[in-house]
Parts: sequence; structure tokens; C-alpha cells
Amino acid sequence: MKFIKRYNFFLITIGIIGIITLINRSVGIKAIGVAGYSLKEMALVIPPVFILLGLLDVWVPRETMVKYMGEGSGIKGVILSIILGSAAAGPLYGAFPIAAVFMKKGVKFSNILIFIGAWSTTKIPMFLFEMSALGTKFAVTRLLIDIPGIIIIAYILSLLMQKEEIKEIYKKAENM
Amino acid sequence: MGNYIIYAVTLILLIISFLKDKQKTKNALKKAWKSFENILPEFLGVIMLVGILLVVLNPQVISAVIGAESGWFGVILAALVGAVTLIPGFVAFPTAAMLLQNGAGYMQIGAFVSTLMMVGIVTAPVEIKYFGKKLTIARNVLAFVFSFLVAYIIGKVAGGI
Repeated sequence: MKFIKRYNFFLITIGIIGIITLINRSVGIKAIGVAGYSLKEMALVIPPVFILLGLLDVWVPRETMVKYMGEGSGIKGVILSIILGSAAAGPLYGAFPIAAVFMKKGVKFSNILIFIGAWSTTKIPMFLFEMSALGTKFAVTRLLIDIPGIIIIAYILSLLMQKEEIKEIYKKAENM
Repeated sequence: MGNYIIYAVTLILLIISFLKDKQKTKNALKKAWKSFENILPEFLGVIMLVGILLVVLNPQVISAVIGAESGWFGVILAALVGAVTLIPGFVAFPTAAMLLQNGAGYMQIGAFVSTLMMVGIVTAPVEIKYFGKKLTIARNVLAFVFSFLVAYIIGKVAGGI
């Protein structure tokens, strides 16, 4: 029962694919193929990310993280958040567990949001790929708009959230 | 390629950690498993949803809605398509390049690429689990709106107007 409750979203999507397959076999098989491909991608990216997080959690003291990215880390914390997010590979959902560990370690809320923003859009490996596919002008323009953009979005989001709500999110990260 | 580097780095760090402190390494692995298991149901659901969406929104459909001369209407559609799909970059960029060659506008492609990367409707369940509903919605809405600015500027600069 607990299993069904936890996995209800997954079970529903399986049901939908099942129905699609009954209606149109080839479309259903294609959907399963795409899902299988994503599953493979997840299997490749996710395990090392979580292991690295476990190591970070155990080895890097809270004080170190607070010093570099916590309250009062100033511009240094902002730049570090952008660099950490940009250096990463992997889809956006890979950033959330990292953000949770950062919260546990006392990283400032706006820096967490900047990290998420950088991960989503200024990733260096992707930038090189974008340049070759869509041209230097396209990629560089996008990068130059995105860097101030993610910082501004991060500060707007910090302002939108009440102190209590932020505390709640940090508390949740503690149990992740 | 990037994956192998992550694996190599992880393995090396794990070995160093193990040599320095067995108990701490064991704890790290336990924590890794706990946080993975915690988010697994959402991950699996998202992956299946991606499978369903990508067969509905195939390249033909995408190219039909954001083709040439589609103007701001095309930009909005492109932004929506980018927001709901979750395509890895190494598939998305060549696809975008192909659409450009087939007459899609720079503004539309700019909107598509931007929302594709910043807005994640499909991955929202994962994001909500970590950040809660309010922040997830606010972040995605802001990123969606911001993508129109990105599209406009890219249209001006890369489109050469």
C-alpha cells in the first residue's frame, strides 16, 4: 500500500503508456523506447552524483561551505555558485539533490538559486556544443543575457519567499 | 564523455575516502543511497512522462508550429514546446540547427532553447519535492517570462536586424 502511494505518479504514467500501446502499438513502443533511453541516461549520470554528494556531506565541514557560499560570502559566493553550476553536466533534475546538500551545509538561499540557474542554462559543456550547432553569435548572446538574468531571477525569488518559507525548505533538505 | 569523467572522479574520490576513513565512507554511501531512494519515485515518473511527451511532440510537429514567419505567436508556441519537453542538449541543439536551416526564425529558436533549459514542467514534481510548490512555480514562471527577453535579443543579434 505504501509502495503504491509512493509510486502512484510512476504507475499512472506506466498505465498511460500501456493504453497508448493498446491504441497504437508503434507509438507506444516508441514512447517506451524514449523512456528507456532516458532511463539509461539517468542510470549513467545519477549514481556518481549521489555518491559525490554523500562524500561532500561527510568530508566537507559546514564552516567551509558557509565561509565560501553562506551568508556574508558576498560576490565571492555568487561567482562560486555560477562556476559550480556552469561546470556541471547532466539534466536539471541532477541539480536539486546537490542544492539540498548545499542547504544542509548552510549555503545562502540566493546562492542556491543562482547555482540552479547556472546549472540550467550556462553549462560550459553545453555552451561549446551550442556554439558548434547554432553559431558563436547565438551562443555568446544567450550566455551574456543569461548570466545577469539568473542572478536577477535568484534575487527576485529570494524576495518573493517569506523567511518562514525559506526555513521550511531548509528543514526539508535536512531530511533528504 | 562527460559521464566517464564523472565516474572516474567519483571512483578516485571514493578510493581516497575509503583509504582515509572506512566508517566515514560507509556513511557517505549510506547517505547517497538514502537520498537517491527518496527521490526515485519522482524520477521514474518523470522519465515515463518524457517518453509520452516526445512521441506526441515529435520533430515534425515542433517544426510545424515554430516555422518561418510565425512571429510572436511562433515565439510563444516555441517557448511552450521548450517548457514542456525535456530534450538533452546534444539532441536539442542539432534539432534547433536543423529547424533554423528549414526556415525557423532565430527569435523562435531562441525562445525554444531558453525555455527548454530553464523551464521544466515535466520535472516540476522533482523540483517541488525539494523546493516546495510556491518556489517551483515562481521560478518556472520567471524563467518563462525571461525567455521572451532572451528570444527578442537573440532575434535582434543573431537574426542580424
